[in-house]
Amino acid sequence: MSGLLNPSKEHDSCGIGFVVDIKNRKSHDIIHQGLDILVNLAHRGAVGADPLAGDGAGILLQIPDQLLREECANLGFELPPAGKYAVGMVFMPRDEASHTACQGALEDYAVAEGQRLLGWRDVPVDSSCLGYSVKPDEPVIRQIFIGRAESCPDIDAFERKLYVIRKRTHRTIRAMDIEGHDSFYIASLSARTVLYKGMVLGNNLSRYYLDLGDTRMVSALALVHQRFSTNTFPSWQLAQPFRYICHNGEINTLQGNINWMRARRASMKSDLLGTDLAKLWPLLGDIVSDSATFDNALEFLVAGGYSLAHAMMMLIPEAWLNNPLMDEERRAFYEYHAALMEPWDGPAAIAFTDGRQIGATLDRNGLRPARYIITDDDRVVMSSETGVSDVPEEKILKKWRLQPGKMLLIDLEQGRIIDDAELKVELAGAKPYQKWLDETQIDVGRLPDEVYAMPPDPQTLLNRQRAFGYTQEDIKFFLKPMAVSGMDPVGAMGRDTPPAALSEQPKMLYDYFKQKFAQVTNPPIDPIREELVMSLVSYIGPRPNLLDLNTGGSHMRLEVRQPILTDMDLERIRRVEDNSGDAFRTRRVSICYPAEEGERGMESALSRVCDEAEQAVRGLYNIVILTDRGMDADRIAIPALLATSAVHHHLLRTGLRTEMGLVIETGEARKVHDFCCLAGYGAEAINPYLAFDTLSKMLGDPGTDLDPDITEAELHKRYIKAINKGILKVMSKMGISTYQSYCGAQIFDAIGLSSRFVERYFTGTDSVIEGIDLSHVSEETVRRHRSAYDKPEGAGRTLEDGGEIAFRRRGEVHQWTPDTMSALHRAVRTGDYAKFKLFSAQIDDQTRHLKNLRGLFELEYAEEALPLDEVEPVENIVKRFATGAMSFGSISWEAHTTLAIAMNRLGGKSNTGEGGEVADRFTPTVDGDSMRSAIKQVASGRFGVTAEYLVNADDIQIKMAQGAKPGEGGQLPGHKVNEWIAQVRHSTPGVGLISPPPHHDIYSIEDLAQLIHDLKNVNPAARISVKLVSEVGVGTVAAGVSKAHADHVTISGDDGGTGASPLTSIYHAGSAWELGLAETHQTLVNNNLRGRIAVQVDGGFRTGRDVVIGALLGADEFGFATAALMAVGCLMMRKCHLNTCPVGIATQDPELRKRFTGEPEHVENYMRFVAEEVREIMARLGFRTMQEMIGQSSRLNTRKAIDHHKAHGLDFSRVLHQPKVPRDVAIYNCQTQDHGLEGALDRELIRKSEASIDSGMPVVIDGVTVRNVNRTFGAMLSGEVARRHGHKGLADDTIRILAKGTGGQSFGAFLARGITIDLTGDANDYAGKGLSGGRLIIRPAEELRVAAEENIVVGNTVLYGAICGECYFRGVAGERFAVRNSGATAVVEGVGDHGCEYMTGGVVVVLGNTGRNFAAGMSGGVAYVLDETGDFEIRTNMAMVELEPVADEAVALEAMDHQGLDLETHGMVELMQDMTRHDALRLRTLIERHKTFTGSVRARQILDNWEAYLPRFVKVMPVEYRAALEQMQAAAEPEAPVALSLNVGT
Amino acid sequence: MGRPTGFLEIRRNERSYESAASRINHFNEFVVPLPDAELQRQGARCMDCGIPFCHSGCPLNNLIPDWNDLTYQGDWDDALELLHATNNFPEFTGRVCPAPCEEACTLNLTDAPVTIKTIECALVDKGWEDGRIGPVIPKHRSGKRIAVVGSGPAGLACAQQLARAGHTVIVLEKNARIGGLLRYGIPDFKLNKQLINRRIAQMQAEGVRFHSNRHVGVDLSAASLVQNYEAVVLAGGSERPRELSVPGRELEGVLFAMDFLVRQNKRIGNESIEDDPLFHAKDKDVVVIGGGDTGSDCVGTSIRHGAKSITQIELLAKPPVKEDKSLTWPDWPMKLRTSTSHAEGCERDWSVSAKEFMGEHGRVTGIKLVRLDWDQDGDGARRMQEIPGSEFTLKADLVLLAMGFVNPIYEGMLEELGVELDARRNVRANTEDYRTSISNVFAAGDMRRGQSLVVWAIQEGRECARAVDEFLSKSSV
Repeated sequence: MSGLLNPSKEHDSCGIGFVVDIKNRKSHDIIHQGLDILVNLAHRGAVGADPLAGDGAGILLQIPDQLLREECANLGFELPPAGKYAVGMVFMPRDEASHTACQGALEDYAVAEGQRLLGWRDVPVDSSCLGYSVKPDEPVIRQIFIGRAESCPDIDAFERKLYVIRKRTHRTIRAMDIEGHDSFYIASLSARTVLYKGMVLGNNLSRYYLDLGDTRMVSALALVHQRFSTNTFPSWQLAQPFRYICHNGEINTLQGNINWMRARRASMKSDLLGTDLAKLWPLLGDIVSDSATFDNALEFLVAGGYSLAHAMMMLIPEAWLNNPLMDEERRAFYEYHAALMEPWDGPAAIAFTDGRQIGATLDRNGLRPARYIITDDDRVVMSSETGVSDVPEEKILKKWRLQPGKMLLIDLEQGRIIDDAELKVELAGAKPYQKWLDETQIDVGRLPDEVYAMPPDPQTLLNRQRAFGYTQEDIKFFLKPMAVSGMDPVGAMGRDTPPAALSEQPKMLYDYFKQKFAQVTNPPIDPIREELVMSLVSYIGPRPNLLDLNTGGSHMRLEVRQPILTDMDLERIRRVEDNSGDAFRTRRVSICYPAEEGERGMESALSRVCDEAEQAVRGLYNIVILTDRGMDADRIAIPALLATSAVHHHLLRTGLRTEMGLVIETGEARKVHDFCCLAGYGAEAINPYLAFDTLSKMLGDPGTDLDPDITEAELHKRYIKAINKGILKVMSKMGISTYQSYCGAQIFDAIGLSSRFVERYFTGTDSVIEGIDLSHVSEETVRRHRSAYDKPEGAGRTLEDGGEIAFRRRGEVHQWTPDTMSALHRAVRTGDYAKFKLFSAQIDDQTRHLKNLRGLFELEYAEEALPLDEVEPVENIVKRFATGAMSFGSISWEAHTTLAIAMNRLGGKSNTGEGGEVADRFTPTVDGDSMRSAIKQVASGRFGVTAEYLVNADDIQIKMAQGAKPGEGGQLPGHKVNEWIAQVRHSTPGVGLISPPPHHDIYSIEDLAQLIHDLKNVNPAARISVKLVSEVGVGTVAAGVSKAHADHVTISGDDGGTGASPLTSIYHAGSAWELGLAETHQTLVNNNLRGRIAVQVDGGFRTGRDVVIGALLGADEFGFATAALMAVGCLMMRKCHLNTCPVGIATQDPELRKRFTGEPEHVENYMRFVAEEVREIMARLGFRTMQEMIGQSSRLNTRKAIDHHKAHGLDFSRVLHQPKVPRDVAIYNCQTQDHGLEGALDRELIRKSEASIDSGMPVVIDGVTVRNVNRTFGAMLSGEVARRHGHKGLADDTIRILAKGTGGQSFGAFLARGITIDLTGDANDYAGKGLSGGRLIIRPAEELRVAAEENIVVGNTVLYGAICGECYFRGVAGERFAVRNSGATAVVEGVGDHGCEYMTGGVVVVLGNTGRNFAAGMSGGVAYVLDETGDFEIRTNMAMVELEPVADEAVALEAMDHQGLDLETHGMVELMQDMTRHDALRLRTLIERHKTFTGSVRARQILDNWEAYLPRFVKVMPVEYRAALEQMQAAAEPEAPVALSLNVGT
Repeated sequence: MGRPTGFLEIRRNERSYESAASRINHFNEFVVPLPDAELQRQGARCMDCGIPFCHSGCPLNNLIPDWNDLTYQGDWDDALELLHATNNFPEFTGRVCPAPCEEACTLNLTDAPVTIKTIECALVDKGWEDGRIGPVIPKHRSGKRIAVVGSGPAGLACAQQLARAGHTVIVLEKNARIGGLLRYGIPDFKLNKQLINRRIAQMQAEGVRFHSNRHVGVDLSAASLVQNYEAVVLAGGSERPRELSVPGRELEGVLFAMDFLVRQNKRIGNESIEDDPLFHAKDKDVVVIGGGDTGSDCVGTSIRHGAKSITQIELLAKPPVKEDKSLTWPDWPMKLRTSTSHAEGCERDWSVSAKEFMGEHGRVTGIKLVRLDWDQDGDGARRMQEIPGSEFTLKADLVLLAMGFVNPIYEGMLEELGVELDARRNVRANTEDYRTSISNVFAAGDMRRGQSLVVWAIQEGRECARAVDEFLSKSSV
């Protein structure tokens, strides 16, 4: 592995599906149908630079006995009866000798395990359909046939033996010294199933494997998978399905799961496997992929005796903890198994089969789509999308979807479908789980109260604080605010201090670890609004035998509700032995060692600690408390994180880890990040005693912030609450929902630690640039210790300043200092380049203090510099510059437009940020300036993202993550949403706006490809950009982004700015852009994907040197955000989140805005200065153009003479590696993507409505047939309408489209006003996304025999980010209906979980069942829900809304009765405007319309029995919204005195 | 931090003064402190900037936002602790510092900076008043001996820091009383000398020994110090005044400002002096040459003496009343500053140069002056030109030359030691180790840096102490 390329970082996602004959009738048609699914899911896969090389596809089938029997007979051997033989699908190296060796080994093990070798068969393939890039890796594919020995009484026993054979063979061959040994792979080896897969396009699978086309090839089931991988390292093995499953999603907690599996080794015993168990190690990881590893785990559990369904429920449990709807028995089942197996956490739709059963399950969040149909000829077709199989509607008995946490199982032997409820009732009732729990479960909180130690005297406290590195800032910015508010504190602007590895301050070990986060390949979770899936429950102590299915009673389980232990909790655990009938024995192990041993003593102390912990376990202790309470002047504490991880890994290696609970008692941990690190490296619970002591001391201090009556316990409680919230956020930004899975999952990158050190103590963590080792860690620790104890009277009277967040002279080094900032201000205001050079000289000078990684790079100048006038001019270079994404709302109108004007004058680009843009800005001002932001951002909140907004873009940027808070959403509190901002964001003044952590239409890479496709459709002229944040692995994500057809990608550094985000994120998430950019560029170049995508970099760009380094590392374009704000007067107050910006930038306060003094010229000056400086450096480097410079990283060198004790160990060779590629491989952006818009149905629609778009004459386009492959239907047409008519569009119904069939994803996305789509059939996910005024009607085909209200008619995340318009769906919608709806009106006959989430406006009427968590984060708009079962309230998230009956207003009704449906135009508009009254009238009107448009029977029933039904409707009203409406109404009262009903229709 | 919106809601409010008419009748301090509650409100105005320019604008890097917040919270103890963490003598700077911190305050962008100096002064005054300030006596003594020459703010700060670090420190002062320019240069109405005595008492408890009337290099050999002490710190100030060499300079009544001010301070301090009316401004037409702080002190003192008229003239052009903040902030801007002394009554004139002192019977009677034209040429440097025909005269019985100080007195100590000087004839030493060309001799304050502010002196004294301490701990191993 050279450079930063790392195949282990691959992510994949995709389309999955299966087709099955319930009655187990085998046929060739099933295979045909399976392959059809693949073809129709092709868009969910990806192709890289090689058009014939997909990312892999495959099909898992029952063994086609006849085909194989006849073929084998031809080959001269006879197969025993079905079930008595197994077939193995074997990939082998092409090298003759190698593959002979492989065959030999496999045969040997088959025999050694007592089975009979029957023979081999060459699998017939046609290699001509392979792409050039995969051909060299094409394996020899052969089938082995193994006969079942008499010793195996049944097929299950045989399968277990086959498992052992496969495992042993794999292990042996991988260790062999033969060529291509790592391409040996047994894809499947089973008596029931056989797997055909490879690096082929899905539609070529049957061309490649000739067997698949053979009519003798029969099966009753077919499980298929189309892969979309972020990377393109051709790998036949990684194609899916695997032996049991295919997976759409990602396991986020993989490293932890792997570790924990390994940790169980000593505690596992199995009657079924017996001595074979020992032959199976290592259990996991025959290939590097999360899905494959999951498959390994599943297979192991099944071999151990669990049923498939049982095992799936253990690995991917439902959210059981806070679910009032779950019955007790099932909850007990999950709770019992929680101690056996931590969840394999992440978004997942998994389809699985063992040949006898086939099924699918969804993760607890329901983050992947899975739709299925059941037909009248006993088939079930399940797939990521509906419409993938051409089944006539009249044959369909049921159309439904898999719901979050639910399972669909078809038992072929029983010949029936076992639904989720039945299946789980049976499993949950199979054993007395509740009884077992009652007998074994101990809740720490319920143990008797204990007395614990009082806080120490002030001097001791201070000494401890100093020794553990406490600073004034820790108290001021963290502890105190947490205790006051119970929240993880928030800050603003980016980090401009050096990474820990370059700092001269003694940094805490935690500072070297950067939190990883989800972007693109998996979604982060919203831990607040979707709290129901989150859990902080932690189990301390030994875990039961994973393979003990029957007793359950011997091991006690100690449970804590959350992992932060109070002093009392710790005392309870310490004395648990007395209160648990000796089930637990606790041993304290001190992590302190004698001070006189100094730096050198730490290594042996660590060994001693590990040893003591091991001895404790062997000595039958089962809880170890690592403690540094013993630290004093004479004893130094090992950093708690180091001790924790060392012990954790030591016990993992010895296989003893699950025999013991690991609790940390430390004075060191105090901030959220600290606790996360400890948890990530194995701490099951943590007692931060010094943080508590520090808080206790505050009780005595005067201070106006702290409630004077607050008790010590309450203070500690709030702190714990804040830490808990913080941990949940950190977990959720990686998409992890349970602490149990997070614990030990090591979701961190190490920056600045040597790989030797990391491998030893933090095994498995990524470390890119090397760095310090144990000796430096101990040195920093000893320095702190000395400063605390050696000179107590001098400097030691107070804590150090810190200076990490706010600048302090004696504190940490910053880039933005009083000096650099005033130098920049003066330069841009005077336009004096010489003054700018004073600024850049200060920034670039890192001789005294290192400030960032690039400070260590030295430019290798040419021997002879070019004359400056030969270098391309400033005017060209500034076109590559953009300002950062800052919304109008986060910054003032003045600041926002100043940046836009300046960038437009320069020909660069400004960015709207998330928050829309006023349409006035799209037309130039009288003096020829333009305030239009060239880059339109599309973020998760979708505020103001209309068709009009999108067509007015040069670039459309999809913000996946933000440097200052990757993986997190945002919130604009109601008081900041003034009328102006509300108008731009299409929301209500005074109503808060929430941006969800994930884009709810991007849970994976193929979803991103879909959104790119959507946006490109609306505005084909715009470049579609994806903004990512640097972390290890971002390069592979970027490769995926390029394959998803993005035109542009931005790599942001972790030091990017923010208007508000948790300090935890600003300081601890993501990594430097130098690393991310280098990895991205190298990966793209190596995969020949670089040419077709432009790479932009941002994050703390300030000078020409920064730009040059960015270009050399591979960037085409450059972003400046903080520096651009500096140019218009920013002072780095870091108060953006408080709305008190004293220079009128980050504020909406009219008084403060008057203080704004920035001018476009200031920004122009700045950009020109930077460009001029770039030119000067280019001349010295000998580059005439930027293009020549891009990617020439060999011109960078790590500085030779760095006099810095820490920097010595850093190694940038991988970062500066320049890939060696042929000349025809592009290394900068010079090509365009093929977006495949040519075949869009919209071209036809536009052609047919061309005249109408211009004239407004109505047109009806009839007879359009749509299929699931016709994606984003209607968007391009909408773009045309918006381009010509803006947001107001055309008159309603001007263009009427009548369609039939299954709509592809994003059906009717961004539909503009004036367009109506009336679809008969159904549609997939994201229908009505960003609806911009159009009307969308979807109703089932007449032939469908399913009752409409029991039929799923649209998929997940429908109406996401809808702005306005109307929708009528006759049938049920999937999860997250109308999420982030801003103003659309919708009627639907049932919705899944999370309905109306984050909604801020509009009206939703649900005429049927709703799922859980309805109205979470709903701050505006109204929903009317028919609650026939009376349990709607428990399904509602009541945090922001109130439920009330729908008031019957006789007058209004009467008015309507008189008017009938004449509300069509004028009246309708008014009816939808006043949300404070006329509920019944509005509701009835909408149901009437629903009936009219869709012919809904349901609607008719309700209308016919209106008096009976009306009381059953519940109105969901957001509290904030009501207040805002009332306020607005009070203000407007004089003008609108009369009720609108009187105006209706007149 | 204070209150996030404090700066929007609370108006800046400073200490007030006893009326000019009343205060010119005495030499006592005349500042009226703010009540505690108001002080807290003023503290609430601090925005706790991400980059606190005040903290950087202050040579001592005072932790201003931090103690502003503690003031707001009424946590006087912790505030004082933090104040003392960077500043040994806040009661001095709280009175006489021109407060570059307030110029640098972000709120000064709209001309209403936080009243930092007022808060600083109040914090320490309250501390003394409540008996919360006492000696910080080291637990261990190093046994290392250090001689500090000069007892101005630099020498005192240096001595205190070294004593607290456990070293044995003596301070040598050429005058009769300790305090240097603090005692002899600054009028009592700006700094009550009891404040100095209080600090000296504290330092004595901490182990510092003071020796006055010891003029090193004159009546005590500097070499012997170098020999007998592990380290010597030169903190003798920059006492050579800038001369005005024009005809008539020798006339009686043309004095250096210091000669005038020192005498007044001794007078109040009851030191025996021959009370020569030559050094008194009563009933005289006084002309002060030099527009700086010393000049202003001369004005205030003359007023209190009962001068007939006072005129202060300045060579440079009259600065603007309001500076262009976009180009000057956060630095110290050139702008028209009117001190309390000016407010008590005096004429001021700018762009004026003295050509000649006129006199009768050997005593000065007037000055011949000429007006100047300043202009700025291309490279930003300013040049002056006399305006032909603009000559005029002023009547003067007493002329005080307050044009600053050029460098330390070389004769005596420096000459004897033979330490290297820099280009401006200050003692050469850098700000890393403060060491002179002699290995165990250090220099701090004006003697090293040239004439400057009291805060700089304290800063240099502290930093020099740190350097000496490091030097001593290294030399011991």
